[in-house]
Amino acid sequence: MADVNRGNRPLSPHISIYKPQLTSITSILTRITGNALLISTLLIVWWFLAASAGPEAFATADGVLTSWFGDIVLTLSVLGLWYHTLAGVRHLIWDTGHGYEVVTAERMGLACLIGSVVLTVITLIFV
Amino acid sequence: MAYLTDLKRARGMGSAKTGTEHFWRMTVSSVALLLLIPLFVFTVGPMIGAPHEDVITRFSRPFPAIVAGLTIVVGLLHFRGGVQTLIEDYVHGTARKVSIIAMICVSYAAIGAGLFALVRLAL
Repeated sequence: MADVNRGNRPLSPHISIYKPQLTSITSILTRITGNALLISTLLIVWWFLAASAGPEAFATADGVLTSWFGDIVLTLSVLGLWYHTLAGVRHLIWDTGHGYEVVTAERMGLACLIGSVVLTVITLIFV
Repeated sequence: MAYLTDLKRARGMGSAKTGTEHFWRMTVSSVALLLLIPLFVFTVGPMIGAPHEDVITRFSRPFPAIVAGLTIVVGLLHFRGGVQTLIEDYVHGTARKVSIIAMICVSYAAIGAGLFALVRLAL
């Protein structure tokens, strides 16, 4: 029993052999968006620090955030933020034990993708 | 190794029995953020690119200051839990512990810096 081969046993299939699907893509996007939001979070904290330090520091930080580079980063962050928020709602629904049917899960995934774009457009118009 | 029984090898490799606490913290913070994030986006968002005096005026008022403070604290504590799961999935050995500690310290530092800035802006 103790001397059985524990080295070269076959392993269960992992992500590399599966075709990307709506459910797997929307799942990994939740992780990517959530963690990538650290970048804009640190930028916003820096912006607050600069605003509290004085007009010169504020001009520098605000200039970076309103430059074309800042616009790209913040727009992508808003998209990621709304996506992660909607995906979080999907997880809260799953936590109640509902929505595990493939059709429902895919429908909610699609709702996250489309909803995040819609919310980003609304944010860009009103903010 | 060859003389170890399967039972001996399996002992101590079971559940860590602390996962539900992590799950519950993520659930509670996500519900709080569901309310805070829209408020944050629409109270802080318009201030980016606004004149410095307007920024000071806005964050001297209680509501925008409290929303910003809560979002920074709850958001970064939620990030602290999420990034730990990310690291646990992809990083192994000592590097795992080092990166988890480093990211938790980054989260704490950002909370501290954000709150300090808000207090200085408000007062």
